[in-house]
Amino acid sequence: MDVGSTTLKCVAVDDNGNIVYKKYERHYARITEKTAAMLSDIAERFGGGDMTICVSGSAGMGLSETLGLPFAQEVYATRTAVSALLPNADVAIELGGEDAKILFLTGGLEVRMNGSCAGGTGAFIDQMAALLEITPIEMNALAASSDKIYTVASRCGVFAKSDIQPLLSQGARKSDVAASIFYAVVNQTVAGLAQGREITGKVAYLGGPLTFLSELRKSFDSVLGVEGICPENSLYYVAYGAAISPESCETGLGSLIERIRSCTANTGYISCMPLFESREDYAEFQERHKKNTVERVSLEDVEREVFLGVDGGSTTVKAVVTDSQGRIIFSDYMRSSGDPVPLVKSFLERFYARYTKSKIVSSAVTGYGEELLKNAFSIDFGVVETAAHFAAAKKFLPEVDFIIDVGGQDIKCFKIRNSAIDNIFLNEACSSGCGSFLQTFAGAWGYGIEDFANLGLFAEAPVDLGSRCTVFMNSSVKQAQKDGASIENISAGLSVSVVKNALYKVIRAADTDDLGKRIVVQGGTFLNDAVLRAFECETGRDVVRPDIAGLMGAYGAALYAQSNSFGRSAVLTAEALKSFRHEVKSTSCGGCPNSCRLTVNSFGGGRSFIGGNRCEKPLSGATCGPDALNLFEYKKELLNAYRPVKGPRGTIGIPMGLNMYELLPFWHTLLTRLGFEVIVSPESNRKLYLSGQHTIPSDTVCYPAKLLHGHIEALLQSGVRTIFYPCLTYNFDEGLGDNHYNCPVVAYYPEVIRANVPALRDSLFICDYLGIHRRRDFTAKFHGVLSGYFGGISFHEVKDAADAAYDEYESYMKKIRLRGKEILRAAEKQDLPVIILAGRPYHLDSEVNHSIDRLVRSCGAAVITEEAVSGEAARFPTRVLNQWTYHARLYAAAKYAAESKNKKLNLVQLVSFGCGVDAITTDEVRSILEDSGRIYTQIKIDEITNPGAVKIRLRSLFAAAGIKAAEAGDIQKERAERSA
Amino acid sequence: MPDSIARVEFTKSMRKEYTVLAPQMLPIHFALFEKIFRQAGCSFAVLQNEGRAVADTGLKYVHNDMCYPALLVIGQFIDALNSGKYDTNKTALIITQTGGGCRASNYIHLLRKALVKAGYGHVPVISLNPSGLEKNSGFSLSLPLIRRLIAALAYGDLLMLLHNQIKPYEINRGESQKTVDGWIDRLISLFDKGKGLSGKEVRKNGGKIVKDFAEIPVNRTEKTKVGIVGEIYVKYSPLANNRLEDFLFEQGCEVMVPGLMSFMLFKADNRLEDIRLYGGSAAKRIAVKILMKYLAKFESHVLTAAGKHGIFTVPAPYSRIKELAGGVIGSGCKMGEGWLLTAEMMELIESGYGNILCAQPFGCLPNHIVGKGMIRQLRNIYPESNIVPIDYDPGATKVNQENRIKLMLAVAREGQSRATRVI
Repeated sequence: MDVGSTTLKCVAVDDNGNIVYKKYERHYARITEKTAAMLSDIAERFGGGDMTICVSGSAGMGLSETLGLPFAQEVYATRTAVSALLPNADVAIELGGEDAKILFLTGGLEVRMNGSCAGGTGAFIDQMAALLEITPIEMNALAASSDKIYTVASRCGVFAKSDIQPLLSQGARKSDVAASIFYAVVNQTVAGLAQGREITGKVAYLGGPLTFLSELRKSFDSVLGVEGICPENSLYYVAYGAAISPESCETGLGSLIERIRSCTANTGYISCMPLFESREDYAEFQERHKKNTVERVSLEDVEREVFLGVDGGSTTVKAVVTDSQGRIIFSDYMRSSGDPVPLVKSFLERFYARYTKSKIVSSAVTGYGEELLKNAFSIDFGVVETAAHFAAAKKFLPEVDFIIDVGGQDIKCFKIRNSAIDNIFLNEACSSGCGSFLQTFAGAWGYGIEDFANLGLFAEAPVDLGSRCTVFMNSSVKQAQKDGASIENISAGLSVSVVKNALYKVIRAADTDDLGKRIVVQGGTFLNDAVLRAFECETGRDVVRPDIAGLMGAYGAALYAQSNSFGRSAVLTAEALKSFRHEVKSTSCGGCPNSCRLTVNSFGGGRSFIGGNRCEKPLSGATCGPDALNLFEYKKELLNAYRPVKGPRGTIGIPMGLNMYELLPFWHTLLTRLGFEVIVSPESNRKLYLSGQHTIPSDTVCYPAKLLHGHIEALLQSGVRTIFYPCLTYNFDEGLGDNHYNCPVVAYYPEVIRANVPALRDSLFICDYLGIHRRRDFTAKFHGVLSGYFGGISFHEVKDAADAAYDEYESYMKKIRLRGKEILRAAEKQDLPVIILAGRPYHLDSEVNHSIDRLVRSCGAAVITEEAVSGEAARFPTRVLNQWTYHARLYAAAKYAAESKNKKLNLVQLVSFGCGVDAITTDEVRSILEDSGRIYTQIKIDEITNPGAVKIRLRSLFAAAGIKAAEAGDIQKERAERSA
Repeated sequence: MPDSIARVEFTKSMRKEYTVLAPQMLPIHFALFEKIFRQAGCSFAVLQNEGRAVADTGLKYVHNDMCYPALLVIGQFIDALNSGKYDTNKTALIITQTGGGCRASNYIHLLRKALVKAGYGHVPVISLNPSGLEKNSGFSLSLPLIRRLIAALAYGDLLMLLHNQIKPYEINRGESQKTVDGWIDRLISLFDKGKGLSGKEVRKNGGKIVKDFAEIPVNRTEKTKVGIVGEIYVKYSPLANNRLEDFLFEQGCEVMVPGLMSFMLFKADNRLEDIRLYGGSAAKRIAVKILMKYLAKFESHVLTAAGKHGIFTVPAPYSRIKELAGGVIGSGCKMGEGWLLTAEMMELIESGYGNILCAQPFGCLPNHIVGKGMIRQLRNIYPESNIVPIDYDPGATKVNQENRIKLMLAVAREGQSRATRVI
């Protein structure tokens, strides 16, 4: 019996190992019930006598403990089965509901299953299919007709989701998205599980997803370059392995079924307070929230001027038409399966048909689909989401000082101070336990989201699930089920965890008093009373939930349209809609080496919209030219100038990653002077990453480190046979902190490369420990190291080369600082905002930063980096131990921004996912900025980053900073008037 | 910076009336340390509070992406202060500060930030470090105190080693634990008399301890031998690793956990390595060498005692462990557990504990390198080794971890039965 996370599989085997019975079904968390039913089925056929029984599977462990049945670990059961049924297989890949496993059977047995943070499994595929509003089987059929693969994050479901959402809202074809999802699963499996071992030979595909989805198997075949087989009974390998495992023991079937049936749920889980003590409490609660309503009027035959607001969200499209008093005339909340265009079109058609006498005089659109919809329907204004929500919230609670919006994909919170947005919190891609999260759980158990959430209202002991991202939550829920929690208590627990996630992960509130006193909650998720109640319980405050909680973005957009109206709207009329059409083509941009996949939408009437781009190039048709206000480009230019120079001592390769992004001038000069021809690995891209992916041992290390594997492969492929990549515990001491370490990953990644890249065996890999921080000792030490590899290099040669290297590094850093200052001056002259895009030297890599620098430029701001200004602030005490060179620069740059008189100067911190050190720096940088009343903005980047989400952050920052500046002006004006 | 974050010093006058709280990590060792600190004149207590509240409190006051040990240690402190058991105006906290390049050096600062957030900004925090990072007039790590701690550490390592090797086989369940407890009491009463702390006495008492354990009646059934390595806190602390040793014991395993002494030697040795690799002062080198020699002496007392009866597996001394690492990873790799972790895995494999569980906090930076990063290399050298890395964090469920451990054990048992067949 194989009791998995989502399905139940049972096999009965006769004495000769032949399968005489098999069954596969979803258990919808009703494990004991379904197990008993399946066993009864067996008893009916074969009698209820003694049978040798063994349980396996992730949910089987609990069952075996409760019933005292033997347990076989599932991966090991697979191994047992493969040995018996497919003795000549080399590798078996099995995907289950929530687990992925690889078994290397020949050449040294190795069995692996995914770590605790890894999606890319059956549940992930289900989740993605739900997003596309199709079944996995339909997804498979669609994928067969794809002709393009988009890159989709393969780490975890939440990430992938935020990649897919914008693809859909930009109009990408579903078939291409479906195929891309399968490729993501393959990459996840290879990256997460192969861990440096190559998958070759005879490969067998096992488990549900690989059995049912032929396209998924094809994707595996094409990535691995093999022709795998999906054997008979591929669903039942775990169950079969358990059946024939030596662990199994004899049990009376009839009595076992009785035992399972009488198995009462134990309440051995940790619970939290119930949401409502009584029905009366609930009634009082409902009564209180009824007050926050917006007036609705239906004026079908009155002539009047009206305002349109549209919110093209990630999973829903909301639209509202208001009159001049802010009353709602017509509205709709529409579920979107990706493409918002037809929904808005239908909304407008319905509106025009019913309100023939109304006239839209102004319109605005907000949300993910903003640009697409603005272009499609000639909507007058685009407004950033945060501004729209604030406008709407003010209507309900003019004194509002805190707004929290939990939507399908995002959590947005902002604090209001002096009637301006003061601080914005958006969820990181990894912690979005939002609306769609509840929906996924509801769907998995066969409920609609409203019914599911309401189940929890009167739960007596909600499960305490903590506050974590979806992947972790899955296993917490699994554990709760094992501990006998009822679906009611799990539902309530999930509602509480959504709230906790928002409070403690996104806002990072230590105390609910941090939030403010007058709170407005909104977003579709808060329409669930359970979530709302959980929020009130957790914060200990009564909050305002507008009855249009799900429509607030659109409502705010309509209000914005009204206050910015110039009396006439360009929005498509009823007449124009008749000839409306929407065509989507996908193509690759040739503007730069990024080769973004573009989706070109055309709507007729010459209107079009291009999505998927990271810069403005494909839109403006501008050619590539140096950008004088982007320090990123200048730094790249400088680094590109370090070309190979033929030398008598042969070639040495340098992998361009991590700290090499700053030390290249140093090492290049040093080695070139010594007569080596220095070959630098090419610029990173996705393909380069994939070429090294199979040698990555730790799937949770940061992406910049993972890229190194590709750079080494690239160097080897170009024929380089000596690679120089030293370990550096210490970095240069810039006098900014208490010490001058590198982070452990930067310091020692060469060790990982040496231990995990088999192709290096035939090459010379120099990864000695060097101390560039001690210039006086460096020459002698380095001379010693070199002498171990090369003969005939004299101490004096090394001395001269080292002197030149130190000088070169100095001059490189000086150039950056000078150019940084020039940019600051130029921007001030042109009255442009400036962003200090602060991170690490390797964030210069456009595969790492996803061209965020250009995105900032396209928003109209100049870009500089942290080291350009970090030398300007005097050393100051920090609240954390300031012991890393790169990170000390962050604090110094934050201090510089905080103290700058230029109010248009802001700092945005780039954080690589998985960077442990940034758990410390982000809080510190935030407090340095906030202590001076500056806004802190953080952008998390990983393998993939959704430029849409980044744009919202940047625009919110500009909007908030802009409002602040304007407000300061107003106050001055007011004062001047008063004194006059 | 705002003054609210300025450090609250632990002054001389506080020493008399304050209770100093320390986090729990290694139950045997810390019981002995507790005694020694009390003798040094402070009212000292190792915290025993556990449970979900500890992690929850940590989550509330520490950045959630911070490593699990930080979360738990800080959570344990604040949970204790919240409990009402201690007068927070008469309580100080003590925490180690290593000063290495890993995030752990920041725990003390994060603790202070968290205390302010939780309204305990007035509670002084003492940094326990050998490098003079922060000074407090009411507390100093004096030479006599250090010597006592080293002796206690040696006893702790020995008791832990013997207990692990007897417990799976004892006929009277609980007897080896009783022996451990009995010896903790005996050692403490020796300490009270100012005895038991010299090298000579450690050797003598070590012999007695080993004799006591050797006399526990056992039934030598076949057990799966499992070694545990990892990030130091998660490896040792039952609170962090979900009572890993108990779980493995229930699964029919004999466990070997490398002791604390090699870690101390490693930390001292790193200073020598720094000088060797990058240059540095000769005086410092001599001082460190003296310290290392002293530590190595105590290490050898423990190992010699353990080896006497010939029934215990004796781990290799630090010098040998370092030799092992040489071919695989550079000895300059020093952050966190550094090369020592890799070397401990090799040592375990060579002494018959080829099934290894590498325990680390989720996202632990050094472990990307020295743990997960080295497994492939070790498999090349020792094809029969069976290593599983397990991540620990507040969200990781026990089911998930136990499932992976069970997989490791299934593979181990297959290896075992194969070996039996060959014989």
